[in-house]
Amino acid sequence: MAEAATLTPETFDCRKAWAETIEALAAADARITVVVNDSVGSSNLGGFREKFPDRLINVGIAEQNMVGVGAGLANGGRIPFVSAAGCFLTGRALEQIKADVAYAGFNVKLVGQSPGIAYGELGATHHSIEDFAWLRALGPITIVAPSDPWETAEAVKWAAAHEGPVYLRISRMKVPGLNVPGRVFTPGKAEPLAEGADVTLIANGTTVHLALAASGVLAGEGVSARVLNMHTVAPLDDAAVLAAAEETGALVTVEEALVRGGLGGAVAELTSANKPVPLERVGFPGFMPTGSVDFLFAEFGLSAAGIAAAARRALARKSG
Amino acid sequence: MTTALRNDAGSPDLIREKALWMRRTALKMVYDKQLGHIGGDYSATDILATLYFGVLRYDSARPDWEARDRFVMSKGHATGVLYSALCAAGYFPEDWLGTYMGPHSKLNGHPNRNYLPGVETNTGPLGHGFPVALGIAIAGQITGAEYRTYVLTGDGEQQEGSNWEAAMTAGHRKVANLTLIVDRNRLQQGAGTEETSALDPLDEKYRAFGWEVVEVDGHDIPALLEVLGSPVGSRKKPLCVIANTVKGKGVSFMEGLAKWHHGVPSAEQYEQAMKELV
Repeated sequence: MAEAATLTPETFDCRKAWAETIEALAAADARITVVVNDSVGSSNLGGFREKFPDRLINVGIAEQNMVGVGAGLANGGRIPFVSAAGCFLTGRALEQIKADVAYAGFNVKLVGQSPGIAYGELGATHHSIEDFAWLRALGPITIVAPSDPWETAEAVKWAAAHEGPVYLRISRMKVPGLNVPGRVFTPGKAEPLAEGADVTLIANGTTVHLALAASGVLAGEGVSARVLNMHTVAPLDDAAVLAAAEETGALVTVEEALVRGGLGGAVAELTSANKPVPLERVGFPGFMPTGSVDFLFAEFGLSAAGIAAAARRALARKSG
Repeated sequence: MTTALRNDAGSPDLIREKALWMRRTALKMVYDKQLGHIGGDYSATDILATLYFGVLRYDSARPDWEARDRFVMSKGHATGVLYSALCAAGYFPEDWLGTYMGPHSKLNGHPNRNYLPGVETNTGPLGHGFPVALGIAIAGQITGAEYRTYVLTGDGEQQEGSNWEAAMTAGHRKVANLTLIVDRNRLQQGAGTEETSALDPLDEKYRAFGWEVVEVDGHDIPALLEVLGSPVGSRKKPLCVIANTVKGKGVSFMEGLAKWHHGVPSAEQYEQAMKELV
C-alpha cells in the first residue's frame, strides 16, 4: 500500500447499507430470511418487510425464542439473519447463541444493531460493549465489525454466502467512509490503512477513522504510526498483528467495546504468547457514567487525541 | 443397518416390541456407564417408539433428507431413550451404544447433531428445543414443505420462559405443522412439578395461547398413534399433546419416584429391572 487511506467528508448511518444489501440479497436468493424481536424500525427493515413479508419473522420481544427460531430456520434450509439490538441479542440470548448456534454449528447470521454505546445516555443495560468478549469466547462464530457503508455491504454479502455462524456489528452512529485504493474485503484479514514504523494502531468499526486521524496527529509529532483496520475480531489476523509487533514494536488497540476480552484482549493474548511488546488498549472500562455518545467517547479516550496519547504511552514503554 | 421410510405403518405390537428393546437398551447403557436419566427415559419411551416406528417419515440412511419429518428432543438429558430409538431406527450401528458417554463417543451425555446422525439440534439446557422446532416449522410454512415437526419437552422444562415465548409465537402465527408433546410425568429433578412451580392447568394455558390441545395417556400406544399421526392438513393451529406419563415407567421400583430422575441402579436392581422388562 503506497498511499494512506483517506476519509470522506460526508458521514453515513451503516444501517442503510445493511438494509439495502439484505434486500438485494433477498431478491436474489429466496432462502434469505430475517428474524427480529419487534426491531423492524431499529433494524431499518421496513423496506424488507414490505418486499418480503413472508420472510420477515417478527417473534416479538422474545430474544431466546428469536435465536432458537433462527437455528430452526437454518435446519429447514433457510439462511436466517437474526437482527436485534446488540445488547439484547447477545446478552439475553447468550445461552441460545452458545448451544443452538455455536455448538450446533447452524448457519445463522447474528446481526447486532446499534452496538457499543450507540444508546449512550440509556446506560449500561443498553450498551453492547461485552458482545466481542462473550461471542469470542464461544469460538466458531466469525465476528465482524464493519467501519463504513462499503464494508458493511461487503460483510453482509460475505455472511450470506459463508456457511457457518457469523456475528455482524452494525452501528447506527454516523461514520465517514474510507477511501482505500483497490479495496477488497477479506474476512479474517486486516486491512492496512497507513504505513508506519514506530507504533501500530489497530482499530475496527466506529473507531477506524479515529485511529486514522490519530496517525495524522502523531505524524505531526514525528511519530510514524501504522494503522490496521481489524474488522474481523474472530478469527483474528494473527499474522498481521505479529508482523506489526515485530516491525513497529508497540501496539494500540482501539474499539467501541470493553477493553477486556474483545479486540484488545485478543491482541494481548496473541502477543503475550508470541511477541510481547508494549500494548495499550483503548476502549471502555465497564459500566460507565451517564452521558452522550460524544461525552463517553471523549471521556474514555476514543478520539484522535486520546488514541495519540495511548500511542505515546506505548512508545514510552518501548524505549523504557 | 436398516433403512426406514414412512414408518407410519407401524402396528401397536411392533411399537411395543421396539419400546421394550429401547427400555432394556437404555437400562444397560445407564447401568454400564453408571450415569444417565433413566426415569425420564422411561416416561418418554412409548412416545419415542410411537414416533419412530409409527409416525415419523425419515430415511435413516439419509439423515439430511430435506423432506424428513423433524423430531426435536428438547428434554436432552433423556439420551438413553433417544439414542436407543435412533439406533433402533437404523441411524447408527448397535456397537456405538457401548461407547455411551465414553471418550470421543458420538453418544454424548446430551445430544449433539454434529456427532450423531438423526439428531436435529443440540439440546440439554432446558427450554431450547421448542424455539428451534418452531423455527423448523416456520421454515416449512414459508416454503410450503410437507414435513411435520415434533418436539418433546419435559413438563418441568415448561418452567423455562423460552417455551412460553415460543408458545406465543406459534399460536400467533398459526404454525399448524408443529406438534408439541409434553412428557407430563409430574416430577422434575427435585420434586413434583406442582409443588415446585405449578403448571396446571397446562391445557388451558396452551389453549389461551392459540393452540389445539389434546390429553393422552403417554403409555397407550394406539392412543398415541391416533393423536400424533393425525393429519396436519386438518388443523388450523399448532397442536399441544399433553402426554400423561409415569416417571420410570416399566420398572416397578422406579415408577413415580423423583429420585430416579438420574438414579443409577445397583447390580441387584439391574437384574430385577431386566427381569421385569420382558
